[in-house]
Amino acid sequence: MLSDKDRIFTNLYGLHDWRLAGALKRGVYDGVKGFIEKGRDWIIEEVKASGLRGRGGAGFPTGLKWSFMPKEVGERPHYLVVNADESEPGTCKDREILRHDPHRLIEGMILAGRAMLAHTAFIYFRGEFIHERKVFEAAVEEAYEAGILGRDTIFGWDFDIIVHHGAGAYICGEETALIESIEGKKGQPRLKPPFPANAGLYGCPTTVNNVESIASVGEILRRGGSWFASLGKPNNTGTKLFCISGHVEKPCVVEEEMGITFRELIETHAGGIRGGWDNLKAVIPGGSSVRCVPAEQIIDCPMTFDDLAKLGSGLGTAGIIVMDKSTDIIRAIARLAYFYKHESCGQCTPCREGTGWMWRMLERMAEGRAEKREIDLLFEVSKEIEGHTICALGDAAAWPVQGLINHFRDEIEARIDEYTARADAEGSMVKEMEKAAAG
Amino acid sequence: MSFRRLHPEQPESFAFTPENLAWAKEVIARYPEGRQASAVIPLLTRAQEQNGGWVTEPMIRYIADMLKMRPIRVLEIATFYTQFQLQPVGRKAHIWVCGTTPCRLRGAEELIKVCKRRIAEKAHTLSEDGDFSWEEVECLGACTNAPMIQIGERVYEDLTPERFEEILDEIAAGRWPEPGPQNGRTSSEPLGGPTTLTDDSLFNKGSDAEALIAARKSSAAKHAATAPETPAHAQDETASAKKTEEKERAAAETAKETAKEQAEASALAQGEAKEAKEATESPGAETPKDTALQGAAALADLAEARTPSEEEVEAAKATPPQLYEAPPAQVDDLKLISGVGPKLEKLLNDLGIYTFAQIASWGPGEIKWVDDHLKFKGRIVRDKWVEQAAALAAGGEEEYIRRFGKKPR
Repeated sequence: MLSDKDRIFTNLYGLHDWRLAGALKRGVYDGVKGFIEKGRDWIIEEVKASGLRGRGGAGFPTGLKWSFMPKEVGERPHYLVVNADESEPGTCKDREILRHDPHRLIEGMILAGRAMLAHTAFIYFRGEFIHERKVFEAAVEEAYEAGILGRDTIFGWDFDIIVHHGAGAYICGEETALIESIEGKKGQPRLKPPFPANAGLYGCPTTVNNVESIASVGEILRRGGSWFASLGKPNNTGTKLFCISGHVEKPCVVEEEMGITFRELIETHAGGIRGGWDNLKAVIPGGSSVRCVPAEQIIDCPMTFDDLAKLGSGLGTAGIIVMDKSTDIIRAIARLAYFYKHESCGQCTPCREGTGWMWRMLERMAEGRAEKREIDLLFEVSKEIEGHTICALGDAAAWPVQGLINHFRDEIEARIDEYTARADAEGSMVKEMEKAAAG
Repeated sequence: MSFRRLHPEQPESFAFTPENLAWAKEVIARYPEGRQASAVIPLLTRAQEQNGGWVTEPMIRYIADMLKMRPIRVLEIATFYTQFQLQPVGRKAHIWVCGTTPCRLRGAEELIKVCKRRIAEKAHTLSEDGDFSWEEVECLGACTNAPMIQIGERVYEDLTPERFEEILDEIAAGRWPEPGPQNGRTSSEPLGGPTTLTDDSLFNKGSDAEALIAARKSSAAKHAATAPETPAHAQDETASAKKTEEKERAAAETAKETAKEQAEASALAQGEAKEAKEATESPGAETPKDTALQGAAALADLAEARTPSEEEVEAAKATPPQLYEAPPAQVDDLKLISGVGPKLEKLLNDLGIYTFAQIASWGPGEIKWVDDHLKFKGRIVRDKWVEQAAALAAGGEEEYIRRFGKKPR
């Protein structure tokens, strides 16, 4: 188990003061002036050395992403955009940072701003995070009053934060859709290239980062990239916030070392699986957009990007959805299919038409009102969506369905058999009755 | 994708209230020149709130006009983003029930049944009395506290159908139960207590930024003290003009000032007595002696303070309240008072009002004076500022919750 002194998010549960006074006691903003003075290259190198991979789901190395920004500011200003549009089913970690440790995020934003030569940051809250946004706004105000933000700041880096919000659209978590949304448009993803680092918000060089990634930066610089890199496993370093939901005894959010096994994570923090380990059926380990993994494969799997990828799944946002044997997994995945149908932005045909089609098909399969050959058809259609859309929502909609078919095909077939047998029995009863009535 | 249309019956017109209009202008000004369209979601959200929870066609045209956008572009926004309700919603509450898989696994279906039985069979339909409506929404991001519902900014988590029904009863009776987990935990820690973050040394690390902030504050205060005639709103400009000079001075005095500030801060933390004393000593010939606070004991009594009635205010003679010429060492977040937003807070600050204790001490005369100065048109009385400020001054958020049954703001 990770030792408390190696945890970054020390007010994860809001048991302490989130305001500036409390944050300072917890060591937030310590050393920031010095880091700002050390400059752009130093910060980027430390973050690269830490091995931090983006915590928003895709796991792209954060330091590398920052290095794509132009090295000098030209005519257009540089922008940092923080993605606080946390909407991936199973994920509820950024919410805890936003409402319980806002200054840790502000600190990271200033440092990231320094690294990418940005003096302005936007933060995009999902529309439903109203309380979280108000807390964060209050923290921003405190920071302005204290000279942490604004002009001529105590750290020596002029920095403004503009708090923006959405209004209920999952797709705005996709970075270019988010940018469109800030610009006052529908959240429909842009084609890349151009990448945001060249032409992002208002056509200016922009980098979009997840809340957890940015909020980790201060502690990484304080303790050194090598400290972060010493935790976890190679290429999967550091600590991570895990959100454990579903059929565990004590659902919770917890910060743990990357590479902890699923079993240890659940036993140590979530009070075990409801009904014991024998009762575990399947796990969606990285938010709804990754393929589910059956019990026997996940129990002793280390929770890292690479180990979960080997199982055909992924760490994603580390939103772990646990399902015990009472779960109707066909319905569970059908509900996710509905989610993607609801959240598709409608721009690309494979996704717009395909998500609805997959959902309707799965609803029938959940009843058993289908033919077995349709299982293959569903798989094929999911493959036609995957990789054929502008953004990853198409992939995200296809993968849960593929995971279901790969691992629980027998269950779908059994459901179809049951339905057919029942229909046959009812059918012959009807015939009997018709005969009786006619006779 | 969801397909949504405007309601067939539309009102004649829409316009922001003066307060919302002022707020809207502020929001638009946050974005770079020529990028005012960025404000469309915040403005439409505020307009929806003002209109009792739903978006109308005149509203769309009004916002389009304000942001110099074509109405069709704003219509796109209103129909694309599902948080915009396109039909009337319940007067007392429009309930979002999270129905996505993580909540389903923990019993969201039972909550939906309650909605169907108690409110309306179909989502987006008003209950018979018009007080409630509901809809099933996609993941609200509280999966470890499933199942959950949200009403405006209030999130009710770790629900059972029984507890949900109780909450509905309370709201129907005009009370708002405390939001958050309903099974005894604080937030997303494991039920029964955290398994981590038990090392107390984590919470006393300290930060070298404390000294920097203290130095900055003391140099700002010094500056304000040397220029008492400067109006508050002009101080910023002067301050930035003199920033170099100040910086040097601040650097020289950092150590000394830091020690002094820290001592002051700890004195303040130990009790409001100091603050009350400062208030008494605050400069300004206008400060009437009888409203000045006489120490911590007076502050404790404040918890029982009452806002005078409109008639009392009407009858009273306008009396200037105590005002600070420069921000005091301890400035309160006046926005915690329900009814005070960033805009009003700034107006109050500009006037010299910074602390709950100041507001809590107002009688009818002072209220009339502030009302006259800021054109609040009676909202100080309506929103019970004095009582709210008194509770906050006496015992902070805890006292506020005890007295008003909800968190401040």
